[in-house]
Amino acid sequence: MYFTSSIFIAFLAVMFALYYIIPRKAQWVLLLIGSYVFYAWAGLHFLVYVLITTVTTWYSAVRISDRQSQHKRWMKVNKDELTREEKKAAKAVMKKITRRWFLFALLLNLGILAVIKYTNFMIGNINSIFGTGLNFWSIALPMGISFYTFQSMGYLIDVYHGKAEAQRNLGKFALFVSFFPQMVQGPISRYNDLAPSLFGEHKFDSKGIRYGMERVLWGFFKKLVVADRLVVGVKALISTPEQYTGAWVALAMFLYAIQLYADFTGGIDITIGVAQMFGVKLVENFDRPFFSKDTAEYWRRWHISMGSWFRDYIFYPISVCGWMLKLTTWSRKHLGNVIGKRVPVYLAMAVTWFATGIWHGAAWNFIVWGMLNCLVLIISQELTPFYDWFHSKVHVQDKWGWKLFQILRTFILMSSIRILDCYRNVPLTFHQVGTIFTTANLGEVFPGLTGLGMSWADWVIVVIGTLLMLAVSLVQRRGSVREQLDAKPVAVQAALFAVLLYVVLIFGAYGIGFDANQFIYNQF
Amino acid sequence: MDELLEILEELHPEVDFNTCTRLVDDKIIDSFDIVTIITEVNNTFDVAIPAEEIIPENFNSAQALYALIERLEEEG
Amino acid sequence: MSKKRKSIATVAAAACLLVVCLWFSQRLLMPKYISEIIEGRLIGEYYDNAGGNDVVFVGDCECYENISPITLWEDYGITSYIRGSAQQLIWQSYYLMEETLKYEKPEVFVFNILSMKYGEPQNEAYNRMSIDGMKPSMSKWKNVMASMTEEESALSYVFPLLRYHSRWSEISSEDWRYMFDTKKSFHQGYLMRMDVRPVTTYPSKTPLADYQLPASCYKYLDMMVELCEKNGIKLVLMKAPSIYPVWYDEWDAQIVDYANEHGLLYINFLDKLDEAGIDFNTDTYDNGLHLNTPGSEKLAKYFGKILQDTYGLTDHRSEPETAAVWAEKVKFYNDMKEDQLWELEEYGYLKSYGGRPVESDGSDTDSDAEAQAGAENGADAGGQADAGGQVDAGGQVDAE
Repeated sequence: MYFTSSIFIAFLAVMFALYYIIPRKAQWVLLLIGSYVFYAWAGLHFLVYVLITTVTTWYSAVRISDRQSQHKRWMKVNKDELTREEKKAAKAVMKKITRRWFLFALLLNLGILAVIKYTNFMIGNINSIFGTGLNFWSIALPMGISFYTFQSMGYLIDVYHGKAEAQRNLGKFALFVSFFPQMVQGPISRYNDLAPSLFGEHKFDSKGIRYGMERVLWGFFKKLVVADRLVVGVKALISTPEQYTGAWVALAMFLYAIQLYADFTGGIDITIGVAQMFGVKLVENFDRPFFSKDTAEYWRRWHISMGSWFRDYIFYPISVCGWMLKLTTWSRKHLGNVIGKRVPVYLAMAVTWFATGIWHGAAWNFIVWGMLNCLVLIISQELTPFYDWFHSKVHVQDKWGWKLFQILRTFILMSSIRILDCYRNVPLTFHQVGTIFTTANLGEVFPGLTGLGMSWADWVIVVIGTLLMLAVSLVQRRGSVREQLDAKPVAVQAALFAVLLYVVLIFGAYGIGFDANQFIYNQF
Repeated sequence: MDELLEILEELHPEVDFNTCTRLVDDKIIDSFDIVTIITEVNNTFDVAIPAEEIIPENFNSAQALYALIERLEEEG
Repeated sequence: MSKKRKSIATVAAAACLLVVCLWFSQRLLMPKYISEIIEGRLIGEYYDNAGGNDVVFVGDCECYENISPITLWEDYGITSYIRGSAQQLIWQSYYLMEETLKYEKPEVFVFNILSMKYGEPQNEAYNRMSIDGMKPSMSKWKNVMASMTEEESALSYVFPLLRYHSRWSEISSEDWRYMFDTKKSFHQGYLMRMDVRPVTTYPSKTPLADYQLPASCYKYLDMMVELCEKNGIKLVLMKAPSIYPVWYDEWDAQIVDYANEHGLLYINFLDKLDEAGIDFNTDTYDNGLHLNTPGSEKLAKYFGKILQDTYGLTDHRSEPETAAVWAEKVKFYNDMKEDQLWELEEYGYLKSYGGRPVESDGSDTDSDAEAQAGAENGADAGGQADAGGQVDAGGQVDAE
């Protein structure tokens, strides 16, 4: 079920109607049933994977939690009689047992993800290195596996560290893993953030529902009117790289940035809006990322739930683990304080970005993409003293021109790295980006626009749609757009909603004649 | 506490760590700073702050951070 | 009014306004088939002529471009209507029959059996032309469900806006002009063509791997038989005298068997060319794919005799009311004939009736015919014989 398909809309309508009719106690059960129907639609056999992850994670977390509370009770009773050593020993025993369950579920689930996602990548690499002719494994990637696996593992880690209460109800936990709006492309929710509203009882809250519907509609606009229309042009530019060099590559970077933004944030708008219609609060995944002034900020504002997952569960644990601290001491001693203290942080960053890259896809272009991001982050970190010096001499920091420069610089930098996942071929990407500086063909671009499979009418729509997205982002600086809208008369609100719906229905790139484009992030 | 303030001030000389209580929430310190702080704390106090203790509540102010260090020393 | 009530009223008003706008937009955006691919209007034109037809034809272009109902009237007083459409598939013919019964109960249904060779949905553009013109009904819905290709959605037949919305960038004055109006172009579902283009080559019958007509088609043929029996209507099977696409003897034998088994009349007009007096040097307008109007009149004369002899159909010419109605139809027919002849004289081709200029003609059509003959090798493209060039045009007009 694509979000933009009529069957999804029908599914949503039925779910929505039932949700507010049935007893509130049963609302989460309906969400669970709906989520499994939604998932089974993609392929009944895929449910097996979700079930394995659900059951193993649920059971391990319960066992971990049981052992932890047993330990706590025991400590409480015997607190006064025990020596410090005895306490430590008891804790160690508890840790040992809980760690077993923890590692069992963690390795099993990450193992499944790794095997399904990376086997063919490994086979391909082995074949190209050793010249062997191993056959590829024909297996379809279950929908959203990267997302729900990460969400479940985040929960497991939180329970293991005592940060989250284990969910003892298997049904409720199953819903946490499979909640349908976020199965397609995230966001990756934390258990503590999601659980209260997911399992809670919700009365018909007309304001929340209205907000949810407005957000869904806006998501449809971004996705159908802008992204899916633009996809034709981007595809044309990418599929004939030998023809489209130089300025065309720059155009592709720019267009892909818009397309990905419209597609991904539009999809997330639909996700969060749908959840809101059911009274469920999901975390925000974007914070107007293209207004970021540097790379680090960009990554705090783009795909936030993924970034914070990698930060909390990979970057921090690696950078503060025992041997990393030892490495710090060692490198400080041998490389000096200045370089020494950077080594571990940068190493942890490199590992994190490698993982981020490969999480996006089992291919070298994603790994290179991750490492380039890491490199840019490190360079900008190292340039900090230079910028501080610069700003102490030249006082432009608060000038809007300087801010605009920073925003454009970040946008261009990120766009040029992002183009790796268009060409999906590392040497080709570097070559193409190189042609921007060697080929003077700017004049070809404007007359050649209609050669990209998009008519002038399509371009006009794309430009207007992009400007509208920009305008909404600017309005967002003053806070939630829907809150601002809510202050307006009902007639204005209703009219705006109607107009937007009309625009989506008429100018949306859906139906025959347009490829049914799945959300770009679905495949990750 | 003074040693801790020294570490913090070296990272961000422009911030008054005695009064600021929203270091993480207001994005004054980023993940890079946090890792640097933890490494410095490990060097100075010989206390290893585990990853699961990296939550905004523990890093929002110098006081909270100091309380964390004391707690971890206690638990040993 | 309380504040809440006021809000609800406002929202309701906005919703109504939206629906009205969408409805107008739908009217505007749906293809009108006025100057191009006029076949798209065939199905819709029926409703103004429904009732009182003794014979109703269903089937593909081999119906609506091969038999002239006006001749059936003039020579035999038979009232008839052709519910034909381009590449009409057998389930579409069935549901058109079913729907026709809502409006009238003819004495005879005639089904052209060429579509027996297509066991599966073929082409979205043709589905649209065969179905969009139908008025909403259960028959239409069932027709949609049976006809959809994989890419289509049933919802878009209920709300055609979902299908045609992207035509916003190619709206023409024609779309405005015919938003709520249409043009009458057919003669009881018959498409008139007065031009002549003789048969130049006969198709070579490339052997097929399997001559068995699809079971899915037999299912609908059975349903047709049943429907007619239940309503006391005679079912006649015909194969029009079209040389393209190829009609295999092996297929013919199966239809003969079926007709014998069910006591149906089956006429393969390809075997009756001499008796009907059809001459492919003068009686076709597109090298043997379809008959032109003189050819269609000959066939109607021949077929009308059979129908009258077999079923004793009433001669309505003596009924003043019917005669008056038909007199108008005849006049419209004759006027168009004259106009077409005039255009042929003036321009050398049917300028405003979908004909193509002669200059590019010869070579163009020859290659067309060859392509058709070639296409017969694979069963997939065969039925596009009638509109080979029009598919492309259609694609441009209504697809993107």
